[in-house]
Amino acid sequence: MQQLLFAIMTMVGGVLACAAYFFGTNWLLDRIFPSKGLTGAQASQNLRITNAIRPWLFMAPALFALAIYLVYPVFESVRLAFHDRSGQQFVGLSNFVWMFNDGEFRQSIFNNFLWLLVVPALSTFFGLVIAALTDRIWWGNIAKTLIFMPMAISFVGAAVIWKFVYDYRSEGSEQIGILNAIVVAFGGQPEAWMTIPFWNNFFLMVILIWIQTGFAMVILSAALRGIPEETIEAAVIDGANGMQIFFKIMVPQIWGTIAVVWTTITILVLKVFDIVLAMTNGQWQTQVLANLMFDWMFRGGGDFGRGASIAVVIMILVIPIMIWNIRNATKEMER
Amino acid sequence: MIASARSPLIIVVHISVLLLVALWTLPTAGLLISSLRDKDQLAVSGWWTALSTSSQNLTGRAASPEAQVEKDGKFVIEGKLLEGDTAKISAFGVRPLQPSAFEAGKPADLGDGQTLTVNEDGSYQIVSPTKMEGTRGQRIFYTASVPPRFTLDNYREVLNAAGIGSSFINSLTVAIPSTIIPILVAAFCAYALAWMPFPGRAILIAVIVGLLVVPLQMSLIPLLKLYNGVGAFFGVPAKTYVGIWLAHMGFGLPLAVYLLRNYMAGLPREILESARVDGASDFDIFVKIILPLSFPALASFSIFQFLWTWNDLLVAMVFLGTGNDELVLTGRLVNLLGSRGGNWEILTASAFITIIVPLIVFFSLQRYLVRGLLSGSVKGG
Repeated sequence: MQQLLFAIMTMVGGVLACAAYFFGTNWLLDRIFPSKGLTGAQASQNLRITNAIRPWLFMAPALFALAIYLVYPVFESVRLAFHDRSGQQFVGLSNFVWMFNDGEFRQSIFNNFLWLLVVPALSTFFGLVIAALTDRIWWGNIAKTLIFMPMAISFVGAAVIWKFVYDYRSEGSEQIGILNAIVVAFGGQPEAWMTIPFWNNFFLMVILIWIQTGFAMVILSAALRGIPEETIEAAVIDGANGMQIFFKIMVPQIWGTIAVVWTTITILVLKVFDIVLAMTNGQWQTQVLANLMFDWMFRGGGDFGRGASIAVVIMILVIPIMIWNIRNATKEMER
Repeated sequence: MIASARSPLIIVVHISVLLLVALWTLPTAGLLISSLRDKDQLAVSGWWTALSTSSQNLTGRAASPEAQVEKDGKFVIEGKLLEGDTAKISAFGVRPLQPSAFEAGKPADLGDGQTLTVNEDGSYQIVSPTKMEGTRGQRIFYTASVPPRFTLDNYREVLNAAGIGSSFINSLTVAIPSTIIPILVAAFCAYALAWMPFPGRAILIAVIVGLLVVPLQMSLIPLLKLYNGVGAFFGVPAKTYVGIWLAHMGFGLPLAVYLLRNYMAGLPREILESARVDGASDFDIFVKIILPLSFPALASFSIFQFLWTWNDLLVAMVFLGTGNDELVLTGRLVNLLGSRGGNWEILTASAFITIIVPLIVFFSLQRYLVRGLLSGSVKGG
C-alpha cells in the first residue's frame, strides 16, 4: 500500500513538475522577449524570436525522452554488437560469426520466419472474414466485442489460458485440457502438444493469432464500412454474387488497410517474447529471436555483445517496414 | 447492407459467426470456470463437466480403536466419511491399489473376523469379535460421486499465499504513473508538431513515425547499462520504480505523439485562427482550446498505455528485477508457471486476477480503444 501511495505522489509530483516546466519556460520566454506593449520593429522582432523558440520549448521534454530511451539505444546497441560481452573490447564481426554458426540462433531465425509467414496472414484473414460476416447480422457488435476481447489480455495471461487448453494427462486418465479431451473423444491418443518439435511452433502461434485477430477485425471492419455504397450497388446491378462482391469489389478497395494491419502484426511478431518464455522458454525447438536475446542478456552474468547483436538482427528485419511507414506518413501529410 | 444479406445464406453466416465466437471465448471461459471450481474436482475432470457430478477416488481414515464400543459382545467403531458433504459413495476398498474392491453397503472382510461396511451416505462400521488394538484408524479408500462444487477458496489462497496480492499492488504502482506522466509531455510535443511552423518539422515527424516500430529489444541492453551507471554514480539502486516509469514513458511516447498529432492536426483551423486574432498566445490556445478538444485522443492513448504497461513482462523483468518483492503480476504468473505448473487451481485463479483489470478497462472504455486503433493505423499508416 505504501508504495502505491508513493506512486500516486510521484505521479502528482511528475505532472506538477511538467506543468511547472511548461508554464515557467513559457512565462520566461514572454518576459525576456516581450511583444505585448511594445510597438514597431522591436515588437515584431521579439515576436519572431519567440515564435522560433517556443516550439522547441514545447517539444524539449518529449524529444529528450525519445533521444535517451530510443535513439541513443539504437546506436549504442549497434556499437555493442561489435564488442565483447562486457562492451569494452572491440571484437569486429565475431559476434555475428558466432551467431550464424550457432544452432540455436539458426533455429530462432527459422522459427521467426515461420511466425512471420503464418501469424500476420491468418490474423488478417480471420479478421477480414469476421469483419465481413459480423456486418450482416444483428448481434454482430456483440460478436465483435467478444472476439476483440483477447486484445486486452496480457501475453502471459493468454499463455496460461492456452496452456490449460493444451494440458496433457497420460493416456487412460481423464484429460482436463480441452484439446486432448476432444482428440480422445474422437478416438485419438492424447499428446503433449508442447513437446512435438516443429508443430509446437504452430500451437504457440495460435495464441498470438487468437489475440491479434480482434485488432485486424476492428480496423478492417471500419475500412469495409468506408467503402462507398455506389460501387457495391453497381456490382449488384451487374449481377455479381456475394463472393464476387467481396473478393473483387470490396477487398481490392481496402488493400491499403490490409497492408497496414499486416505490417503492424508483422512488427509485433518480430518482438514476440512473452508467449514463448511462458509456454516453453525456447525448449523443444521453439526458440525465437526476442527470447534468445533476453536469454543472452542474463545468461552467465550477461553477454551484452551477443545480446545486442541479436537485437540488431531484429532491428534489421524491421527497417523495411519502418521505411515504408515513413513514406506513407509523409505522403499523407503532403495531401 | 448488400443483397446477399437477405438470402438463405444468412443462416450459414449466423452459424459460422457463432462458431468463431465460441472458438474465441471458450479458452477464457474455461479458465474462469476452472478458477471457481473445487481444486480436487479441477484436477480430475475437465471444466466442461463442471456442472455434472464427478467421480473421484478419495482416501479417508476411520476413527482410531480408542473409539470402539462394545455392542452385543462385539466391538464396533462407527463414524462417517465425507463430513458435511453430499457426495455418494459407490465403492470402497482398504488397499491403495484396489480403491473399489467392495460395493457400498456390503461388508468387506478385513481378516481376523473383522468386517468393514461403508454405506452410500459415507457412514461406516467396523465390527470385530475381539477388542481392537492400536492407535491409528483403518485407512479407507473409496470412490465417490461428488456433486459440482464452486468455491472462492482458490482466490483466497493465491491472494494470501502465492504472492499475487502484493504483485497486484506492484502492477498498479508501475502502470498508473507510467500512463499519466507521458500524456502532458506528449500533448505539448504533438501540438508543436501539428500547429507551430518551424524548420525541420517534417523531418521530426518522420523520425517519430520511424521510432514507432523500433523494437524494444534494441533499447534493453544500452538502458540497462545506463541505469547501472547512473545508479552507481549516485549511489542509488539501479532498479527502481522511477526508472521503470521513465522507461515506459520513453517507449510510449512515439505512439502518444503520433496519435495526438494526428488528432490535433485534424481539428478545424478556424478555431485556432480566430483565437490567434483575439490575441491568444500559442500557450493559451493549447491549454484552453486544444487540450480540452483532444480529450478523445488523450483517452485512447491512456487506455493503450495502461493496457500495455499492465500487461508488460519484458520491461518489468529488466528494469524492476525478478526478486520476490518486485515481481509484477505478469512476472509472478510466469514464476508460478514454472514452480506450480501442475497446480491448476493456483494458476487459473492467478491468471484471472491478472487479466481482470485489463478486461474491466476494455469493456468499459472499448469505444475509445477502437477510436485510438483506427486513428493510429488507418489515417496515418
